Amino acid sequence: MDVLYKVLVDPFLQMGGAPDLFVQTLWEGFVVGTLYALIALGFVLIFKASGVFNFAQGIMVVFAALTLVGLYEKGVPAYAALLLAIGAMFLIALGTERLVLRPLVNQPDIILFMATFGLTYVLIGLGELIFGGSPKVMIADQLLLPKGDITFQAFGGIVQLQKIDIAAAVIASLMIAALAVFFQKTRIGRALRAVADSHKAALSVGISLNQIWVIVWFTAGVVALVTGIMWGARSEVSFALQIIALKALPVLILGGFTSIPGAIVGGLIIGLGEKLGEFYWGGLVGGGIESWLAYMIALIFLLFRPQGLFGERIIERI
Amino acid sequence: MKRHLIMAGAALLVAASFAPAPAAAQDSIYVPLMTYRTGPYAGSGIPIADGMRDYLTMLNERDGGIGGVKLTVEECETGYDTKKGVECYEQIKGKNPVMNNPYSTGVTLQLIPRAAVDKIPILSMAYGLSAAAVGDTFPWVFNPPVTYWDGASVFVEHVAQKEGGLDKLKGKKIGLVYLDVPYGKEPIPLLEALSKRYGFELKLYPVAAQEMQNQGSQWLNIRRDRPDWIYLQGWGAMNPTAVKEATKIGFKMDHMVGVWWAGSDDDARGGGMEAKGYKSLNFHGYGPNFPVLQDIKKYVVDTGKSQFPKEKFGENLYNRGVYNAMLIAEAIRAAQKVTGKKVVNGEDTRKGLEALNITEARLKEMGMEGFAAPLNLACSDHSGHNKVYILEWNGTKWQKSTDWTSPMKDVVRPLLEAAAKDYVEKNAGWPKRSEACAKAS
Repeated sequence: MDVLYKVLVDPFLQMGGAPDLFVQTLWEGFVVGTLYALIALGFVLIFKASGVFNFAQGIMVVFAALTLVGLYEKGVPAYAALLLAIGAMFLIALGTERLVLRPLVNQPDIILFMATFGLTYVLIGLGELIFGGSPKVMIADQLLLPKGDITFQAFGGIVQLQKIDIAAAVIASLMIAALAVFFQKTRIGRALRAVADSHKAALSVGISLNQIWVIVWFTAGVVALVTGIMWGARSEVSFALQIIALKALPVLILGGFTSIPGAIVGGLIIGLGEKLGEFYWGGLVGGGIESWLAYMIALIFLLFRPQGLFGERIIERI
Repeated sequence: MKRHLIMAGAALLVAASFAPAPAAAQDSIYVPLMTYRTGPYAGSGIPIADGMRDYLTMLNERDGGIGGVKLTVEECETGYDTKKGVECYEQIKGKNPVMNNPYSTGVTLQLIPRAAVDKIPILSMAYGLSAAAVGDTFPWVFNPPVTYWDGASVFVEHVAQKEGGLDKLKGKKIGLVYLDVPYGKEPIPLLEALSKRYGFELKLYPVAAQEMQNQGSQWLNIRRDRPDWIYLQGWGAMNPTAVKEATKIGFKMDHMVGVWWAGSDDDARGGGMEAKGYKSLNFHGYGPNFPVLQDIKKYVVDTGKSQFPKEKFGENLYNRGVYNAMLIAEAIRAAQKVTGKKVVNGEDTRKGLEALNITEARLKEMGMEGFAAPLNLACSDHSGHNKVYILEWNGTKWQKSTDWTSPMKDVVRPLLEAAAKDYVEKNAGWPKRSEACAKAS
């Protein structure tokens, strides 16, 4: 009975008793949720274009952020370093298309998936060779990202919003919206959807598969750079960041691998769910439940919608 | 003919791949270093690896090795991954190593049962299993100069001093923010015992390794619980994230103390001026202004034999590596003295470690006066339970903020002995010590 009370009643009493903390938790969940959505978007774009789960997305986040900070440390002005980092992500996209994807056209998806494993280790090695393994401080001030916080009395207490978190949420939201419009409303977006449906059919109507792949991998690279900047500013820029990128996996399971709205909604559900879960229920089992709670939430959704919230229902004749 | 040549070549290749690894040359001493220069924890692993390697290289360059015998130093990359660490051990053990430096509590725990079997001592310098300080139970494992339990007791002493005495701890709330792996959990039993003894409330905030850069929830919990003090037992990217999160919620930074592994320059640097006041335990000198560091600069850094960035020379974790390498070297030196041999092996070095007695005079001779406290190990005491001091971040660098402080040995030692006994009970068949004591305890 006591356990039931602690699980079903007490957390809600706590929410009502300290609404400021409840709002703060919601805010934290919203910020990480948007960042998760951004990371998931990188995966979705590549999955839509090439039908492959890009295992290298995590290291792309690290590589992009390291390029930015590494160039700045070598004396390149911050915004020039930003442009060069974008350029580096374009080169990676081009290299991936020429050296990895093009030779593997029409190979089974698992081959492409394994190729992204290889790409991961190439980028890890390249990153360590060029920039070393030491952590770096993100150049948030030089990029004119805001710092400090906005604190106000509300909900019977104090609510504190970090300006960098506000910036992260705004930039991530704008980027997600822009990408959603780009891929839904433009010619390239329609071409991407055609490629996602069938490589052969897309080729037959004159869509350049190679061009689409470069565009999509480049876009995923820019998404990785933005993620690296925002998460690097919250912590540090190091190879540990690639672990964070894997938090997109439950988001993808939940939202569906092919849906941009799914990535957004999935990111927010996972972000809010894990923060609320850890804060109000984590203490019951000793805390530290976030790492698996995200998967639990995704699995619960899968019980009811096996294709994910926005995934395509695949009906196969047997 | 061509076919035969190809077949012969292939046979040679196969034969070579099954041939035993070449043992280290008999005129050198093989010193393996398990390090991590890659992966999520590389930021912490690199300065330590470079500090160890540079000190041992300096001994080779300046003194021609130890006792006239050159050291063959070889690194094995573990990525701070227990599985890879055990693989490294398998590669190392056949090469007649003088000891193992696992540089991971997880790897250390795996290797403890093998040390006695393979006759290769483990030097887990200020990490690993705290109970291994009980030499009568763990004759092959050494954790000088201080255990995690000693460190946690110094933290509690520091809190007591700031609060006005041990009796003032009653009713206080102390939080432990820790990496949720064996390393992070190590101080919990000691802090629980001290919380019962002094009446403070202990709050635990585990951080999963996957979430070390995503600690928002833990710090929300801290904001709700309002602990008076925080002890940070983190590693890698977890530490700078924790420091930043603490500044974000406005936690009093001078009430947050990290274990020595949460005291890298990079840990505090990211927090900048806002992290001013953050503290860390430490047991060796900080900065390059020690004769030993100047010798490393002269013989290794200035001659281009070091991989470490010159601008970071003398930073805290680099010096940690230097200290660790000094213990390795002094154990070899002591082993040579105890056994009378020049080229020593694992069994000899175990005796050397038990006979280790680094006096003030010896520290001065090594250029380490003021860099470290004297250390005296014994057959029953494999830690030394040495003094530590506290560093404080001034916004740009660490500064020494307290004198050397002794741990609560009277409290810690009986608990360690009980823990060692418990370890034996849980590991049926744990061998009774049969190794003779090279020095009276």
